[in-house]
Amino acid sequence: MPDLLIELFSEEIPARMQTRAADDLKKLVTDGLVEAGLTYAGAAAFSTPRRLALSLDGLSAESKATREERKGPKVGAPDKAIDGFLRGAGVTREDLEIRDDKKGQVYFAVIEKPGRLAADIIAEVLEKTIRNFPWPKSMRWGDGPLKWVRPLHSIICILSDEAGAQVVPLDIDGITSGDSTRGHRFLAPDAFSVTGFDDYEAKLKRAHVILRADERAELIWHDATNQAFALGLEVVEDRGLLAEVAGLVEWPVVLLGQIADTFLGLPPEVLQTSMKEHQKFFSVRNPKTSRIERFVTVANMETADHGATILAGNQKVLFARLADAKFFWENDLRVAKAGMDPWLESLSNVTFHNKLGSQKDRIERIAALAREIAPAVGADPELAEQAARVAKADLSSEMVYEFPELQGLMGRYYATEAGLDASVAAACQEHYSPLGPSDDVPTAPVSVAVALADKIDTLTGFWAIDEKPTGSKDPFALRRAALGVIRLVLENSVSSKLLPVFQLTVLKHMARVRGSEYAMMADKAALALIEAGKQNEAARVFEALRAEAADTSDEEANKKLLAAMNAMAADLLSFFHDRLKVFLKDKGIRHDIIDACIAMPGNDDLTLLVKRAEALAETLATDDGENLIQGFKRANNILTQAEEKDGVEYSYGADIKFAEDDAEKALFAALDAADAKIAPAMAAEDFSTAMTAMAAIRPAVDAFFTDVQVNADSQVLRRNRLNLLSRIRNLCLSVADLTKIEG
Amino acid sequence: MADKPRSFQEIILRLQTYWASKGCAILQPYDMEVGAGTFHPATTLRALGSKAWAAAYVQPSRRPTDGRYGENPNRLQHYYQYQVLIKPSPPDLQELYLGSLKAIGIDASLHDIRFVEDDWESPTLGAWGLGWEVWCDGMEVSQFTYFQQVGGYDCKPVSGELTYGLERLAMYILGVDHVMDMPFNDPQSPSPLTYRDVFKQTEEEYARWNFDVADTDILLQHFKDAEAECQRILEQPAEDPKTGKRIIMAHPAYDQCIKASHLFNLLDARGVISVTERQAYIGRVRTLAKACADAFVQTEAGGAAA
Repeated sequence: MPDLLIELFSEEIPARMQTRAADDLKKLVTDGLVEAGLTYAGAAAFSTPRRLALSLDGLSAESKATREERKGPKVGAPDKAIDGFLRGAGVTREDLEIRDDKKGQVYFAVIEKPGRLAADIIAEVLEKTIRNFPWPKSMRWGDGPLKWVRPLHSIICILSDEAGAQVVPLDIDGITSGDSTRGHRFLAPDAFSVTGFDDYEAKLKRAHVILRADERAELIWHDATNQAFALGLEVVEDRGLLAEVAGLVEWPVVLLGQIADTFLGLPPEVLQTSMKEHQKFFSVRNPKTSRIERFVTVANMETADHGATILAGNQKVLFARLADAKFFWENDLRVAKAGMDPWLESLSNVTFHNKLGSQKDRIERIAALAREIAPAVGADPELAEQAARVAKADLSSEMVYEFPELQGLMGRYYATEAGLDASVAAACQEHYSPLGPSDDVPTAPVSVAVALADKIDTLTGFWAIDEKPTGSKDPFALRRAALGVIRLVLENSVSSKLLPVFQLTVLKHMARVRGSEYAMMADKAALALIEAGKQNEAARVFEALRAEAADTSDEEANKKLLAAMNAMAADLLSFFHDRLKVFLKDKGIRHDIIDACIAMPGNDDLTLLVKRAEALAETLATDDGENLIQGFKRANNILTQAEEKDGVEYSYGADIKFAEDDAEKALFAALDAADAKIAPAMAAEDFSTAMTAMAAIRPAVDAFFTDVQVNADSQVLRRNRLNLLSRIRNLCLSVADLTKIEG
Repeated sequence: MADKPRSFQEIILRLQTYWASKGCAILQPYDMEVGAGTFHPATTLRALGSKAWAAAYVQPSRRPTDGRYGENPNRLQHYYQYQVLIKPSPPDLQELYLGSLKAIGIDASLHDIRFVEDDWESPTLGAWGLGWEVWCDGMEVSQFTYFQQVGGYDCKPVSGELTYGLERLAMYILGVDHVMDMPFNDPQSPSPLTYRDVFKQTEEEYARWNFDVADTDILLQHFKDAEAECQRILEQPAEDPKTGKRIIMAHPAYDQCIKASHLFNLLDARGVISVTERQAYIGRVRTLAKACADAFVQTEAGGAAA
C-alpha cells in the first residue's frame, strides 16, 4: 500500500484562500481517485503562503479489473437498435456474444476493463484537478494558457512505499512533476528533494517552513500572549486576524512593539481598527485601564539583529498611520463640537438611492418618523428627533470615510463631544442594530425609536418604488430590516399599530417619487393620517389635502394614490407577517397558530399578535384546548351545513327556556360563564385568561354532542340548538380564527 | 552597490541602472499629466497585443485630491512613480524584483519582505490584474501585478507590472520622517537640495489651485473637448489621404483619453462631482480607453500584421 505526496508550489497565495484551497485539493483528488477505482486509508491537506500539499496514505497500488455483462437487443433487431447498444457499451459488433434467452436469441456484451496502475490514475486526476481548480479568482502568466491563483512553479507528485519513492510523471504546460521543492524564500531558498510526507514535513521545518496552518497560528498566539503577559498586558483576541496572519507567513516570528504616547488618547476602537486593517497588527491591552498600549506584529523572517530593524520599520509605519488617524480624529472633533452642521449639509450630496433621494432627505424622513414613534416606545419625542438628525452625521466624518466599519461608533463619540444627551449619543451607535439574528437588540427608548424609524423608512421606501425582495434576491437586505423591526418591537414589548405608520411613510415616499407636486399635500396628509390613526379616515384627509393644494388635481388621481398607498402598506404588513412566521417557527410556534391569530383584527400590532399566538399555542397544548378544537369544528360543520341548506344565518340568540336536556342546560351555563370572563379579558388583552375560559367550555361541549341530537324533529328545538352552536362558534372566533387550525 | 544610497535621485539612478542591466528599455516620463505610471502608453497600450516588450521609466504623477500644501509628511499632489513593464512576464519576476530592492540598499536578510494579496483594477482604463502589494517591515513599497485585461482585451501574453512609490520608498531607505526633509541630491554636494527646496512651493501653489481656484466651468468644457476630440480622431479612416499610408492614430487619441482622465481628477478635487455622477464620468473615460485599445490592436505595435 503506497503513500502519495502532492505539493503545488507557487508564488504567494492570498491568505484568505489558503484553507479552502487545501480542502478543495483534498476533495478533488480523493474523489477522482475513488471514482477511478482506487481506495485510500487517510488523507490530509495543508497550506502555506507558497504551497498547497496533500498527503494520502494506504493507497491501493492499482485499480481492480472489472467485468460487466450487458443484455442487448434480440438477434435480428434493427441495425439502429444494435448500433445504439454498441455505442452505450463501448464495444464492437465482433465482441458481441449470442446467447439463448426465454424469448429467443439475444446479443450480450461483455465489458472487461483491466486494472490500472495508481500512478496512471493519479497523473490523470491531478492534471484535471489543476486545470479545473475552483479558485475564487485565478490568472494567467507569461505566455501560457494555464490558470492558477498566482504563477505555479513546481509540482511534487511521488508515490512511496518500503521500496522507496517514485515520481509520478506529469507535464502540465511545461511544468513537470518531480520530488523537489524549496524552503523559506529568504532563509532556505535552495531546492531539496523528499521521499515521502514525513520527510517532507521534517525537511520543510529545517528549511524554515511550518507546513501546518494551525501549528503556525498556535505558535503566534502562544508567543504573543507570553510576550504581552511578561509586561502585565493581554493580547486582544481576534481569530479572524490570527488565521489571516498565519496565512501570511511560513516561519512566524512574533515581535511586540510600542505605540507612541501621543496616540494613546485616541479611542481604543480607532487604534485597533487602524492597526488591524492597515498593518495586520494585534492590539495589546492593559487589563487595568482597558487601553491599547502596544501591538504585536508577526514577521516572516529571522534576522541577525533579532528583528530590531523590522520592528523599528513597523513602528515607523504605524506612527504615520496613527498620525493620519489622529489628524482625522482632531478634524472631526472640531466639526463635532461646532454642532456637525457641515457633515449634515454634505449628506445632501450623498445619494441613498436615485429614486429615494439623498441621505439628507432620508434623515429628514427618519427624524419625523422617530418623533412619531417615540411615544409608543417610551422615548422623548424631542430627543428621538434630535438623535435621528445626527445619527448618520458621522458618515461624512473623515474617520468613517477612512474606516467605514467604525460608522455608528464614531457617531457616538462625536455626539458625546458635541455635548448632546447621552441617549442621543447612544442612538447614533445603536440605531443600526440588530444587524443579524444573533445581534443584540437596543433597549434604550431613543435608540429603539431611531432604529425603528430607520428600518421602516428603508422598507416603505423600497416598497413605494417597487424594489421588493424576490426569491433569493434581496440586494437591499430588506428581510434583515423587517426581522430587525420585528425583534425591536417584540423584545421591547412595543404595543403599537404598524399599519398607519407604514401608510404614512409609504405616502411620503410616493410623494417624492411623483415629484414636488404632491410633496406638500402628502406631508399634510401624512400628519393628519397619523393623528387619525385609522386607515378609513385617510379619505377625509385626502379631501382636506386636495382643498388646500394650490394645484387642484383631479379627484380620480387622489383616489388612485390612496388606493395604491393602502395596497402597498397592506402588502408590506403581509411581508412582515411572513417574516414573523419564520421567526416564531424557530421559537416553536406552528404556522397555523400564527395564521389563526393573523386573521384577527389588530394584526398590525406585532406584540399583541405574538401574545395571542403564544396564549393560543399554550391552550392548544392542553387536553381541553385540543379537544375543544374538535368540538368547535363539529359545531362549525353542523352549522355551516344547516345554514347552507336553510339559507339563513343562525345567529339569533338561543334561549334557555327551550333547553330540554341537562347537557343542553349545562352548555348554556358554561357559555354564560365563559362569556362573562372572555369579554373583559379580551378588552384587557389578557389572552391567556380568555383562552383558558374558552377551553373550559370543552366538557360541556363534549357532553352536549354525546347526549343531544341537534337536528331534532321539533323545528323550535332544532333552531334553538343551532343558535346555541352559533354561540360556541362566536365565542371561539372572538379569541382567534380557529378555522385555520390544522388537524 | 552594497552601500546605502544617499539621496532621492541616487535611488532613482540605481533603479535605472538595475533595470537597464536586466534588459529593459529605459524610457523617459510621458509628457502629459497622469494619475499614475500605468497611464503612460508604454504600459497601457504596450500591454496589449502579442509583441514582446520590456520597459522601465520614472513617471511624475498627479493626484489633486492628495494635496496637503506640502505639510503632510507623506502626502503630495505631485509625486514620482517608478514603473517596470515586461511582456511576457518572466518566470523569475519576483526574484528580479527582489534584486532591485537589493540594488537600492534593502538587505533582504535584515528586513521582512512580504507579498500581500492586492488585486489591481482601474475602472477608468477597463483594466485589471492580480498580484500583491509588497511589504517591507509593514510598509507598502511596491505594487506587483500580472495584467489580465486592459481596455477590455485579455492580455495575451500577460505582462508583469511593477510600480514603486518612489518618495515613500526613498524616505524609508534614507530614514527620513518628512518627505520635505529628504535629500534630493547628494547632501555632500556643493549645493545640497532637499525635496523641500524643489517642491514645497509648488505643492502649495497647486494645492490652492486644485482645491479652490481651478475654474470648474473651464475644466468641464475641457473634459468635453478632450472626449469629443478623442472620438473624432478615432473616427478617421485608416488610410491617410495625404500619404496614402495606413495610419491609425491610436496614440493621439489616447492622449485625449489621458487628458479627460486628469480633468476628471481635477473636477473631483474641486468637489463638484457627486457620487452618482462620479460613476458616469469614470464610465465616459473608460469608453475612450476602450476605443483607444480597439485602435491600438489594429496597429503594428499592437500586434496586427503590417
